Amino acid sequence: MSLTLPRKGLPQISAFIIVLLINFAVSPQFFDLRLQDGRLFGSLIDVFNRGAPVALLSLGMVLVVATRGIDLSVGAVMAISGALAATLADTQPLPVVLLAALGAGLLCGLWNGILVAVLRIQPIVATLILMVAGRGVAQLITEGRIVTFTSPGLAWFGGGSILGLPVPVVLTASVLAVAALVVRGSALGLLIEATGANARASALAGIETRMTTIAVYVWSGFCASLAGIVAAADILGADANNAGLWLELDAILAVVIAGSSLLGGRFSLALAVLGALIIQAMNTGILLAGFRPEFNLVVKAVVVLVVLLAQSPRLSGLGVLLARRSA
Amino acid sequence: MTRYLPVIVTAAVFALGYAVCALQFPAFLSTRVIADLLTDNAFLGILAVGMTFVIISGGIDLSVGSVVGFTTVFLALAIGTWNIPPLLAFMLVLLVATLFGATMGALIQGFEMPPFIVTLAGMFLARGASFLLSTESIPVTAPLYGAISDFALRLPGGGRLSVVGLIMLAVFLAGGILLHLTRFGTNVYALGGNRVSTGLMGISVGRHTVAIYALSSFLAGLSGIVFSLYTSSGYSLSAVGVELDTIAAVVIGGTLLTGGYGFMAGTFLGVLMQGLIQTYINFDGTLSSWWTKIVTGVLLFAFIAFQQATLALARRSVRGTAAKGTTP
Repeated sequence: MSLTLPRKGLPQISAFIIVLLINFAVSPQFFDLRLQDGRLFGSLIDVFNRGAPVALLSLGMVLVVATRGIDLSVGAVMAISGALAATLADTQPLPVVLLAALGAGLLCGLWNGILVAVLRIQPIVATLILMVAGRGVAQLITEGRIVTFTSPGLAWFGGGSILGLPVPVVLTASVLAVAALVVRGSALGLLIEATGANARASALAGIETRMTTIAVYVWSGFCASLAGIVAAADILGADANNAGLWLELDAILAVVIAGSSLLGGRFSLALAVLGALIIQAMNTGILLAGFRPEFNLVVKAVVVLVVLLAQSPRLSGLGVLLARRSA
Repeated sequence: MTRYLPVIVTAAVFALGYAVCALQFPAFLSTRVIADLLTDNAFLGILAVGMTFVIISGGIDLSVGSVVGFTTVFLALAIGTWNIPPLLAFMLVLLVATLFGATMGALIQGFEMPPFIVTLAGMFLARGASFLLSTESIPVTAPLYGAISDFALRLPGGGRLSVVGLIMLAVFLAGGILLHLTRFGTNVYALGGNRVSTGLMGISVGRHTVAIYALSSFLAGLSGIVFSLYTSSGYSLSAVGVELDTIAAVVIGGTLLTGGYGFMAGTFLGVLMQGLIQTYINFDGTLSSWWTKIVTGVLLFAFIAFQQATLALARRSVRGTAAKGTTP
């Protein structure tokens, strides 16, 4: 059971530490922590807290990518779940609210999974449908307004704390732990990787590739709805227009940083979360350094390209060639 | 006949939709509504022409919306702040856009990276660049802009076919000729069919990939110019999410997202279909704008499901007549 450090985590871990150190260099208070009202505060905690929604999304995305798929709809699913939770929060008991929001996410995931696995539509296209229509559905739920709520139960998911740690952080960590336990503790991870590496061969080997594929999209929908609840709870409201906007791209970026091949076949849950944290640490660093937040997109673009170039088979071939020549 | 089936279906659905709209609101038959349909969707149409090439070649271009945003900001600054003559600014921005697309194509080809992720990075880069230029909405007050928006082709019945609408029609015409009647177009189909065998046939895959993405970004730049003329302003957040509308228009037009199959006329109908939904919602007045997204999503699903079904049927009939060895 390889629950512990993944085999190839070193570049990501060092990248995270380097980004944190840069943040420390631009803002000496970066590592300062203080305890207030039984909850830890500080920039470092903020990185984890703000990074939680994207980390949750990337936990879902990483398994989808491992099956050679992609889920573009996670941002829209976030918006739907957030809209449902915020709309129901003040009139319904908390369990009903949570069930409705999570149920919506599961249904969205099931829809995506059926399109990909049963109707055999390419993942990009299949999830594009929900990406376009989902935001419309979310706006339908909120009737185009920004819905606010006061329910303390739901608000706890954004601003509460457990043992001094913010709830989003604890939630993400537990989702990671449970997922890692289930996926890596059983043969499930292997089956997912096999499906991504070669769906046909896996099917011939007796793997239920269809069920595996549906399951990863359902899982992704579930993670997206959790992220939607956290995001709605964080701002005590739901904005169907902007909730989760662009976050599908951040989640894909996190998965790419984690070193998962977009062509499927290998993945690491822990590194996907780390990828999301690296992105958030960069965002925080850019803000702390006094740069305009507009730099974020440019920096992200450069990071994507560098990571992809580093992964490119052509380039690694070049490296081997150069090493041989110099030897 | 079966070759044209998806386009015929799209055309039939469009005609049906138009008839329903016209029955409910007779004004739909006036040339004014038709001319506005063309004007309002001009920038989307121009993008969709480029996207048709990219998708038929088996790729995808997510950066087009950001390039439109960048172009509008660049033009507003170039004309308003740097005092560059508008026509020169147009040429400059088209050059920048084309180089941008060519670079993405070169990265896709040279490093064997998936087009999806490369153009995603391009999307971040172009949007980020326009944020860095300016985050304000800048009005453009050049006399040329006023002259262009005043000029229009008068249609019988009060319709005004504007310059931007005319540009879109011209781009569709040129795109159709390039795709269907030139060697380049045939090679684009070949690339979408099978990259490896295209290369083995002696067609330069790399040069064509670069050219296709350069063309898409060039048209995105042109679309940005049209958008800038249409709104007389530049704003870094303009055309956010338009890449998805564009892809949806191309798919509704019957182009296969796996590449190798599609028609320019289908894309034209796909663009008009999106415009029709929007116009209907405007006419109705009680429906909210988010219904556009939902209806687009439903249409997208219906057309993709239809494509999958026809493909499956074709495959079955091929299997039935396997002796003849024909492929659809």
